[in-house]
Amino acid sequence: MQGRTRVRRTDHSTLTMPVTSFTLKGHRFKNRVLVASGTYGYGDDCADMVDVSQLGGIVTKSLSLKPREGNPPPRIVETASGMLNSIGLANIGVERFITEKLPFLREVDTSVIANIAASTIEEYCRVLELLEAEEGIDGYEINVSCPNVREGGLSFGTSRPMTEEITRRLRPLTEKALIIKLTPNVTQISEFARAVEAEGADAVSVINTLIGMAVNIETRKPVLSTVTGGLSGPAIKPVALAKVYETFRAVKIPVIGIGGIMNAKDAIEFLIAGATAIQVGTANFVDPGAGIKIAKGIEQYCTDHNIADARTLVGSLDAETGVSVLDSWL
Amino acid sequence: MRQLLCEVRRVREVAENVYVLSFLSSEISGSVRPGQFLNIKVSGGSDPLLRRPFSVYRTERETVEIIFNIVGKGTEILSRRRPGDLLDVLGPLGVPFNLDPGSFETGILVGGGLGVAPLPITMSQLRASGKQVITCLGARTAGQLVTEHLENVQVATDDGSRGYHGTVVGLLEQIIADRRPESPKIFGCGPTPMLRALAEFALGNGLLCEVSLEGPMACGFGICQGCPVELSDEKGGYALMCKDGPAFDVRTIRL
Repeated sequence: MQGRTRVRRTDHSTLTMPVTSFTLKGHRFKNRVLVASGTYGYGDDCADMVDVSQLGGIVTKSLSLKPREGNPPPRIVETASGMLNSIGLANIGVERFITEKLPFLREVDTSVIANIAASTIEEYCRVLELLEAEEGIDGYEINVSCPNVREGGLSFGTSRPMTEEITRRLRPLTEKALIIKLTPNVTQISEFARAVEAEGADAVSVINTLIGMAVNIETRKPVLSTVTGGLSGPAIKPVALAKVYETFRAVKIPVIGIGGIMNAKDAIEFLIAGATAIQVGTANFVDPGAGIKIAKGIEQYCTDHNIADARTLVGSLDAETGVSVLDSWL
Repeated sequence: MRQLLCEVRRVREVAENVYVLSFLSSEISGSVRPGQFLNIKVSGGSDPLLRRPFSVYRTERETVEIIFNIVGKGTEILSRRRPGDLLDVLGPLGVPFNLDPGSFETGILVGGGLGVAPLPITMSQLRASGKQVITCLGARTAGQLVTEHLENVQVATDDGSRGYHGTVVGLLEQIIADRRPESPKIFGCGPTPMLRALAEFALGNGLLCEVSLEGPMACGFGICQGCPVELSDEKGGYALMCKDGPAFDVRTIRL
């Protein structure tokens, strides 16, 4: 921020701390920054390095009914300001999650969202039912949009009737927050958001990774074993912002913004574009404390701009009266 | 495992296109074990985006060294770091070599190319525990060999410009046949085809052998699941290079 005429200066000593929490389906998240599924394991791997209780929430690695080994190597490659991955939903399965990982997560003072992936609708339901019987889970994020698993995954997420059907079948199974994670690999993401809203979803996560590819020009082979993978990181941030904005304007349920968020400035852009909360993904691989820094950065921004509650940022984009002239090109 | 900002001491070229970067960190030098690695952010910003993994090459008091050649943007940037620059280092990471002194008498270090990386720190520990050490190093040419801080070194070059004319595994076979070392254990690092040949030789001759693997990874501690290593177990499945390795007993993995 260059901070010129429009920024009101405030005597911070007289201010109380800005409110950065939010509530979804009756559950209070301590701040608006969660860590994205598949980028933080089950939380325990990061806990000896950072204080994970300072996060607004942890979204678990996708859980399937049976453990999944994942795809053969190579599974990742760095691309321009981003990375491609084709992990293939490698996970320990819902039963081991419950016995080995959930006890740790119960002890951490942050919200826990269980992310569920499956290859049939029945499997989605079964995993949710198994988790629903346990203490310590505050909501569910449904992965209908993994680009790297042929059965299930993206084939659900790119079909609106299937996405609707999954939401319709899961909705009666829980009173907790039901969040559908949407894929950007469709013509109009807002149509999918509207569809799941109509089926009773409490929020949508926007976006999952974009399908991408890299080629080794010496061997003329794809770099990833599965040829294509999911693109993430700063490279996709402008796309993600546009999808969040589109979705925000189409639905009344909260939009959780995801895509290339590396710092508080990125996160605040998403809030302004319409995200109620955001998830930090690829940035965790570089800095497992990124989410905590971003949460503090949002709080600082609110303090600096005399914003009492970060809620007022959400969807505050002023797209009507011309573009910003304050942005510095240099 | 810690995330630390460490001051660069210097970068020196030790062979053709081969650099050793030293930085200060008593935390890492005091805790790292041979075969473990560091995941380093070579610059701020998002280009390059991800950290780059490097074995710890050597430690001396509070100084830690890594070795690399310039293979891309990340290593190019690293080679230009100046004394006093700060380096964002995550580590030490991974499972080290098993140097349990009860299980062998002679440590045989085998490095192909930049696979020399974990060998000096491994040798220091072997010598400290009173083991015999034989070192076999291979490179394409004599100019690419890095023999510093190693003892009892035999070399092989692909072009025959120095030492044994052939692969480092060919050299190793000859040395084992000639010297018949007492109760040996092999510690290898290098390109995958070399490690494959090394594992085949060790398994074929009933020799203990661990290898340190290198490959693409993002986080370095298990959360990205990006670095699978195929297990030799009949049930199949994968281990993670960063968390279950990078050091593996060759009996447990499929290279």
